[in-house]
Amino acid sequence: MRKSNGHKGYGFIAFGAALLLFGSYRGLFIAPPEQYMRDVQRIMYVHVPTAWNWMLVVLFSLFCAIAFLFRNNMKWDSRLEAGLEVGALMAFLLCCQGSIWAKPTWGVWWDWDPRLTSTAVLLFATLGILALRNFVEDPMKRATWSAVATIIASVDLPIIYFSVKWWNSLHQEQSTPQTVSSPFHLPLRVNAFGVLFLVIGFIMLRTRIAAARLERDLAEPRTQIGEEARELA
Amino acid sequence: MLIAALRKELLLQWRTRGQFMAVFVFGAAALLLFSFAIGPDASALRTFSAGFLWLGLLLSSTLTLAESFHAEMENRALEGLLLLPSDPRALYYAKAIANWLQLAILGVALVPVMVVLYDAGTMRLWTLLLVIALGTAGLSAPGTLYAAMTAQLKAKQTLLPLLLFPLIVPALLASVKATSYVILGDPMGQARPWIVLLGAFDLIYWSLCGLLYGRVVED
Repeated sequence: MRKSNGHKGYGFIAFGAALLLFGSYRGLFIAPPEQYMRDVQRIMYVHVPTAWNWMLVVLFSLFCAIAFLFRNNMKWDSRLEAGLEVGALMAFLLCCQGSIWAKPTWGVWWDWDPRLTSTAVLLFATLGILALRNFVEDPMKRATWSAVATIIASVDLPIIYFSVKWWNSLHQEQSTPQTVSSPFHLPLRVNAFGVLFLVIGFIMLRTRIAAARLERDLAEPRTQIGEEARELA
Repeated sequence: MLIAALRKELLLQWRTRGQFMAVFVFGAAALLLFSFAIGPDASALRTFSAGFLWLGLLLSSTLTLAESFHAEMENRALEGLLLLPSDPRALYYAKAIANWLQLAILGVALVPVMVVLYDAGTMRLWTLLLVIALGTAGLSAPGTLYAAMTAQLKAKQTLLPLLLFPLIVPALLASVKATSYVILGDPMGQARPWIVLLGAFDLIYWSLCGLLYGRVVED
């Protein structure tokens, strides 16, 4: 059953990549340039979909963490690992895309804006949890601790957002189909679904890898004893 | 049970007070070094003094927090404590309160160092004390929970700050802002919302971490 899931993962990735190609083609070549920001604005077609889907991935990770603490089922831990890793990748991409856009628009690579700052902070929090996972050998402890840390970090996200917002603000109003005029809709929507399918595919594949590693970890002590027994024989 | 556990923690801290002195010297040395990063510009030092105080406190806190589970790790004492017929939450709150007290005392002890080095005196001592109490409470609640995890690992000195620092960004921001207003003057009463934010942060993390602690130490 796991195998068929893996094939589905590749299917999702292929479909997502195709949508992303189509949407980006529309965004780069067909959609008109924006009035003030000209061509720089076109990064919105990947930036905004990444941001939306990153929020979904963060919610997914939180859901997996809560589900694990209630169910104690290791499949939620594998999903959590996938969610954390894909989430870290997307947060990193968001910071990069944001910087690329900010340099020509605001004149600086980095700005202490609430969304940018909270994304960076959550990126570091996620990297911390992933590092923690590397140091815990007992699979049950690893799963419980990363679930606990994920819940604590997720609760922090809105607090970080609002505290940085009070502290300093410059980010432009976030883009939704309501704030963006209609010729920009199609590429934005297509790309949002493209990234969504890519993310689903990545999470499926990564979950499969995590589950396989877990299986190996659980099987390892037996084979080690087996090898020692063989050496003794 | 909470009282008994708290008594044990305070006794432990009293008996390792030499370590507290070492951490205080570390914090004071950090404050001294921050001024070298800025240069001998008196007005800039005064402007940034609140930030330096909290950074010094944050760096020192990783030392005290990481060490706070030292005794529990010896001879599997933590397992023994968990076998007691009581709620593990009492153990958590005792440890967190003890860490909080230690950090708050450390914070108060670092204030004179800050005043001398950065010329950052203030007459609003009660407000400053309140900010230090709330800010260190914000460090202590998640710090104690993460220390319980990382104390059991080899890389505890690296992992604890890695996990804790991103998390306490709001508490740090609010503490620095509020302290800054206390030191530099606050004609518009802007320190108040930051103190409220700090209080809300404390409330959330003191309840959430207590709730989750049982799962962290269970076997």
